Amino acid sequence: MPATATQPVLTPVAPPLPKPTRRPRLVLLALAVLLVAAVLLGVGIGAVSIPAPAVVGILLGKIGITGWAFEPQQEGVLMAIRLPRVVLGLLVGAALGLSGAAMQGLFRNPLADPSLLGISSGASLAAVATIVMEVKILAAFPALAGAAGALGPYVLPLAAFVGASLITLFVYRVSRVGGRVAVSTMLLVGVATNGLSGAFTGLFTYAATDEQLRNITFWGLGSLGGASWATVGTLLPLLAVPLLWLPRLGKPLNLLALGEDQAAHLGLPVARLKWQLVTLATLAVGASVALVGTIGFLGFLVPHLLRSIVGPDHRFVLPASALGGALVLVLADTLSRTVVAPAELPIGILTALLGAPVFLWMVLREQRNLSR
Amino acid sequence: MFEFTNLTYKIGSKTLLQQVSGCARPGEILAVVGANGAGKSTLLRLLSGDLKPSGGELLFGGGPLAKWPLAGLARRRAVLAQQHSLALAFEVRELVLLGRYPHFGGQPTAHDHAVVAAALAAVGLAHLAERSYPTLSGGEQQRAQLARVLAQVWEAEAGFLLLDEPLTGLDLRHQHHTLEVARDLARQRGFGVIAVLHDLNLAAQYADQILMLRQGRPVACGPANEVLTCENIHTGFGLEVELLAHPRLGCPLIVPCPRQSTVAWTL
Repeated sequence: MPATATQPVLTPVAPPLPKPTRRPRLVLLALAVLLVAAVLLGVGIGAVSIPAPAVVGILLGKIGITGWAFEPQQEGVLMAIRLPRVVLGLLVGAALGLSGAAMQGLFRNPLADPSLLGISSGASLAAVATIVMEVKILAAFPALAGAAGALGPYVLPLAAFVGASLITLFVYRVSRVGGRVAVSTMLLVGVATNGLSGAFTGLFTYAATDEQLRNITFWGLGSLGGASWATVGTLLPLLAVPLLWLPRLGKPLNLLALGEDQAAHLGLPVARLKWQLVTLATLAVGASVALVGTIGFLGFLVPHLLRSIVGPDHRFVLPASALGGALVLVLADTLSRTVVAPAELPIGILTALLGAPVFLWMVLREQRNLSR
Repeated sequence: MFEFTNLTYKIGSKTLLQQVSGCARPGEILAVVGANGAGKSTLLRLLSGDLKPSGGELLFGGGPLAKWPLAGLARRRAVLAQQHSLALAFEVRELVLLGRYPHFGGQPTAHDHAVVAAALAAVGLAHLAERSYPTLSGGEQQRAQLARVLAQVWEAEAGFLLLDEPLTGLDLRHQHHTLEVARDLARQRGFGVIAVLHDLNLAAQYADQILMLRQGRPVACGPANEVLTCENIHTGFGLEVELLAHPRLGCPLIVPCPRQSTVAWTL
């Protein structure tokens, strides 16, 4: 039914608007192509070089298509070391980028990121506490030793994940005033909570032994170095829900840009959306931080950068941030393990080292555009 | 149809609205007038569901407003708020498309895009469709928001429009144009319109019914020419006025006659 037929007065002459100039779908496609290239680069570079045809040959061989030439050593390195590490980078990068974009939408602020909710600081506090107190806790409660032994290397990630969830839950509950969560209150409560958990983290660090300090430092700087198919297998079920669900929240997040009341007038159940966003971001970031440590700048820089290319529409910013986050983390990790080979640079150092200047450049460029 | 009976709203011990009753019928414009702080916006925010009344009854379409599902309500009635903030630098057309969100699931249809174009044309902003919203002037932003609101209820049957000071920042021509659009919606499409207005002459010219508030209580409610009397305006606004007849339309023309000096400039 053409709108003009029934509303003669309201539609004097309404010629169709010109086609949009932005091409967000093209950007998504380009990001996907770049991501494939980054993956091939990431699995190919190292002490044992694996060129792209060999990578394809090995992977095809796994599903029964043979006939491509590669060396057995290449297959071993790819399947046991490089591929799990790159897949871990893909998952974590996508989770951080996506959560960053979602939080910027929730807080209606392009500078927000998941750490505002206390996710990272909660994970850090729990991880540092575990590193420092594990021996003492096990001595006090011998019954826990069996559980800790069974969990083995997962004690630390589990503690970090629980810590992230508890702190975020705390921030969310404290921000509830009269049954409504005010986003601005949540931001302030988050800042205060981050300060508080930072203080406790400092206290544990202060009490740590030299060896514990080294563990704490490594954890705080983040690394994909511990990647194995087991880590990927642990992370995948936790990230599957946010990675599949968050990109579908583009429309609601666009409405939220109008403000909560206006979004509600357009039929958006605002309280439910806030709850969903916080839960999904906590799941994504909490699980990622728990397994690879804190990786700074990526969560808010990637969405910010992509918004300047695809435009403000969350229906495109969200998937683009997932692809972009994965792309940046895979590239950064490749760099971190090759730039000072055979040693490795902690990836948190690298993302901050590259991210901060890029961010500064973007801020200054925007200021200049505004002052023009 | 909006019906409200003895509507009351309190924050703590402060009563912002007390025992206000009235109704807004399809095909009519109800203007809510009153001095600053009289409770006009509070009433509109109760009617739009932003605030929950502390007492009284609030019915929309025959049932309690609170029982309406959000999505169903969004396709029947649209709200133009007094203040707008837009966190993202959307293009004007993207902003207006937000008004269509209650109508499409995944991707907007050709019909949705046609409504966006028509709504922009209705407020005279088609030529700025591709401009970034933050670069518009205040009045243009206000009209872009009106276009979004129109797009939301474009094809609604007996829809409702709630407008909180829709003329803020608009020039004289666009003030009248906005109210003409509202009147067209009421007369030709059977819409009900509830508008908070400051200018009593505009209210006199366009409104069918007027509800005048003073300090949260009703002063008068009824047909425009019955409510707009010198006595009511003096009670509601504390201002002496003379009423003339509009030379062409015959509706009352309100001419303020303020006293000489109101401020004691010495301490």
